[in-house]
Order: sequence, then structure tokens, then C-alpha cells
Amino acid sequence: MKQQQTKLFPKTATGISGLDEITGGGFPKGRPILVCGSAGCGKTLLAMQFLVKGITEYNEPGVFMSFEETIKDLSQNVQSLGFNLEKLVADNRLRMDYVRIEKSEIEETGEYDLEGIFIRLNHAIDAIGAKRVVLDTIEALFSGIENAGLLRSEIRRLFQWLKDKGVTTIITGERGEGSLTRHGLEEYVSDCVILLDFRVIDQIATRRLRIVKYRGSTHGTNEYPFLIDENGISVLPITSLKLDHAVSAEIISTGIPSLDKLFKRNGFYKGGSTLVTGSAGTAKTTIAAYFALSSCKRKERVLYFSFEESPDQLLRNMLAVGINLKPYVKSKLLTIHSSRPSLQGLEMHLLVLHKLIDSYKPKTVIVDPISSLVTIGSNSEVRAMLVRLLDMLKINEINAMFTALTHQPINDYIDLSVDAVSSLADTWIKVRNEEQYENRMRSLLIVKSRGMSHSNNSWNFIITEKGIQLMPATAAKNMNENQNNK
Amino acid sequence: MKKKSTPELIVHEKLTLQLYVSGMSPKSMEAIENIKRLCDEHLKEAFELEIIDIYKNPEVASQQQIVFSPSLIKSLPLPKKTLVGNFSDSEKVIKGLGIAFKK
Repeated sequence: MKQQQTKLFPKTATGISGLDEITGGGFPKGRPILVCGSAGCGKTLLAMQFLVKGITEYNEPGVFMSFEETIKDLSQNVQSLGFNLEKLVADNRLRMDYVRIEKSEIEETGEYDLEGIFIRLNHAIDAIGAKRVVLDTIEALFSGIENAGLLRSEIRRLFQWLKDKGVTTIITGERGEGSLTRHGLEEYVSDCVILLDFRVIDQIATRRLRIVKYRGSTHGTNEYPFLIDENGISVLPITSLKLDHAVSAEIISTGIPSLDKLFKRNGFYKGGSTLVTGSAGTAKTTIAAYFALSSCKRKERVLYFSFEESPDQLLRNMLAVGINLKPYVKSKLLTIHSSRPSLQGLEMHLLVLHKLIDSYKPKTVIVDPISSLVTIGSNSEVRAMLVRLLDMLKINEINAMFTALTHQPINDYIDLSVDAVSSLADTWIKVRNEEQYENRMRSLLIVKSRGMSHSNNSWNFIITEKGIQLMPATAAKNMNENQNNK
Repeated sequence: MKKKSTPELIVHEKLTLQLYVSGMSPKSMEAIENIKRLCDEHLKEAFELEIIDIYKNPEVASQQQIVFSPSLIKSLPLPKKTLVGNFSDSEKVIKGLGIAFKK
């Protein structure tokens, strides 16, 4: 279907990761596209990335006409993203023209037109055979001119001319009160309108992108969060995708031999997701670390997201229970990524997860604990995010383990993060602490394991320097008594 | 504007003017005609006028920051001033150039 669409409607790939997915292949080829949003929302950056990627990835030279920032400022601003504009200009792949309007210097005496802009653009386009053009932002002209009506009709003519010229043009516009742009540019750009937004909710900022209009093409209609980092803009498509990922019948070890035995086939299915829930101090992280260790032993890469402990702290603590992860960190089989949940919005966390998973290509991903993220989002948001994360992991056949902190050990069904993940996870293990026989007893129960029969008993376990040891309830009781007698 | 018999203008310094037009468009032709007439009638010898066709010199359009056509740039005496339009309103043009009629 995608192929059919591209045949009907030629598109220009933007080279911005995620954006091409939600637009079904990019912007409409040879047409003007309006990118609007309030100040500081990333319009110029999006436009610049569109041009630079066009040059570097699609061999389409571009022209950038700036009405606000000087060429020098622009070059400096995007240098941190690895865009070397000066080189592209020197190679005749990019032309930049700064249009300066000084209201105090201009006097209007009768009729005039925008031929100066037309000629400058035409010259720049023809000089390098440009296929992409950016006008950032042409509305600046309105501030220097009294005759707005004349300017409007000239801008309309300019857009039509660009269309006739066959170049794909991004026109940026500042968001106005009650309209998409201050001077109503959206009236003249009818083919494709993209709205960028920068919102702060609960002191956490999130950037979002929405396709307001895309004539002649299907497109995603949601608001998509996007991230600006050292690689430029990346957009995260929210609702993925279909439920049609391939599954594996292969089995992988949990990393704890006695736990493996509780499953009929001695472990989890490869590419499955596992949820470990329990209250504080129930050894969730230890179980997760074992899982990481088993993956490392198989020489498969592990990405460990730690929202509560720093990498060093995690390594030290795990060493205390006999898990030495340090060599694997050194050999880069294991990467621990620690960050504070409140550092950024939920969507941003998800984007970071996405990007790291994309670049690192792990076989196993651990999120410890997923419940930390709950504190920063609303119910539906958290659930949606977890669904997306699980989707993404499943599609890539990545083994996943999430830990979740539950507050009431008995009634953890009502716990939010548990509620969100438990129905999606393939395997659910509950761990708990109980006071029994004047001792703390750790116990473990497999609540579910999709497609595999498993032990229905609650098992006790102890943690020693040698690790986790599971045993039937009676054996544990005896052991505890023995210890007490010593 | 009252049409007197070509009143003289106070000009302390010679005016350096560049008129940027786009080809043979009606607006361009009008602009050239209006400016020429205005200068000849009022400024006598106290001006230097250069007419540049930006179609033929597109690079100059970027260098000189030409956005609108026709554009008349008064580069001397300072301050620099840009007048846009076909210059049909000669009183506004004279005012824009920063010169005044003799009383």
C-alpha cells in the first residue's frame, strides 16, 4: 500500500528520523510546506536538517534564505549538530542568503513588488541546481513594510512561483494568536502544514509535532513527541504498528538455575518480556542482574536502564551477592544507563530508550524500575508509553525485563505500573518479603508465563554471596531454624 | 502637492543614488522615468544616479540587500536610505531622500 501511495504522490524524504514514517515517506515533492510554532520550538532546526540531510543523504542541493538570523549565527548554531554549513557552501551544495530588512531605512513611495527576493532565490537555485528551499521566516518582511496587502499578494505569488519551479520549500512561520501563523501564511500554503509545540507540564518540557494538514496523502494525526539532541531532531511515532511481530520458540535462561526449573522448558522464551514486581527490598534488582548476567554469558549485548542507582552503585551492590558484572561493562557487552526519572518528560525517556536501543542494538533490555517513570506521567500516558516500549522491543526481538515497585504487597493489582505492564508482559514474577518464624522469608511466585506451563507454588528463596537459591517452603523453614539454633 | 515652477532644493552635498529595477516591467519603467524627472528638475547637477537591472546582476541584489523592486538607495550623504515603489509621489521621495525645498 505504501508503494502504491508513493506512485500516486511523489514525496521528498526529509531525512529526519521518525518524520518520514508518519508522513508516509516525507514532504510533498515540489510543493511548499508550512512549519509553524512558537518561538524556540525548533522550526529553524527542522528546516535546516531538512536541507542538510537532503544534501548529504539524498544528493539534493538546497537554498536557505534567512530573514532573521545572519549566516554566521546560523552556521554557529547548527555546528553542535555536526552540520558544517561552510563546507557545504564551499562545495556548491548549499547556498545561504541573509535578507536584512531595516524598517527605519525603508520608505514606501508608490507600488513595488518582491522581485528582489524572486531574483535572489532564482539565482541561488539555478546556481547549484537546488531541489530544496527554506524560507525562514518570510513573515519578518511584514515588520518592515506598511502595505501588508501588497506583501500578501506578493508572498502568494512567490509560493506559486516556487511550486512552478518544482522545488520543495519549507516556509517557517511564528505561531499567532488564534491562528497558525501571525500573518496567516497558512492561507497560501495549502498542501502541507506542520505544527511544532513546546509545552511544559508539571515542570517538565516536551516538544511535540503534529501534521495539521497534508493534502493528497494519508498521515499520522497524533501529536508526536520529538527530541532535539546532538543528532538533531528525531520524532517518535506514537502508535505503532501492527501486532504481527515474529516470535521465537527458543528458550533463554533466567540466569538463576533454580528459577529456570520452575518453567516447563527451563527458562523464558527468547524475545519475551518479563515483569518482576515486589515491594522494597524484595530482590527485584538482583533477579534483573542475573538476567543481565546470563545474557552477557551468552555474549549477547545488554542495555540496563537504571532509574534509581548509578552504574557504580549497581555494580558494587551486585558484587555483594556474587554477580560480577564489571568485566562485561569493560568488554562493552553490558551498558548501564542511569538517569533520574524527573530529568525529562516521559516521552523523552522513551525517546532516549529508543535511540539507545537503536544505536546499541542490545539483545536484552532491562528497565529497573519501570515504576519510577510513573511518578512523572499521568495514568494513560504511562500506559501508552509502556505499550510503545514493549512493542518496540518485541518487534526487534529483544528480551525485556522490567522491575516494578509495588507499595502494598497483597493488593498489587491496583498498582499503576503493574496494571499497565502486567497484561502486556509475557511472564510475571512476584517477589515478596514476609515475616515468618521470627524471620524474614523471601518468596517468589510465577503469576503467569504465556505459552508455557510453570510452577504454581510459592517458592521461598535466600540470597547469599553465591546468589539466589530457591527452595520449597519447608526446606527454607528448616534452614532458618538451623541458622537460629547456631 | 502644489505644482510650482520647479522650486529649487537645498542640497548641501551631492547625492549618490542607485536605482535597482527588474527588467522592463511597467513599474521599473515608471520608476526610472519618475526618478530621472525628479532629479533633472530639482537636483540639477547635485546628484549621481546609477541604474542597475537586477535581472542582469542577480548577485548585486544579494550584496546590496535588494528585497523590493524598484528600490532606490541613497548611499551618500549618510544616513543610508532605501526608497521602494515607483516613486510616483515625488514629495515623499524628496522627503525620503532627506532634502527640502528652498523657501
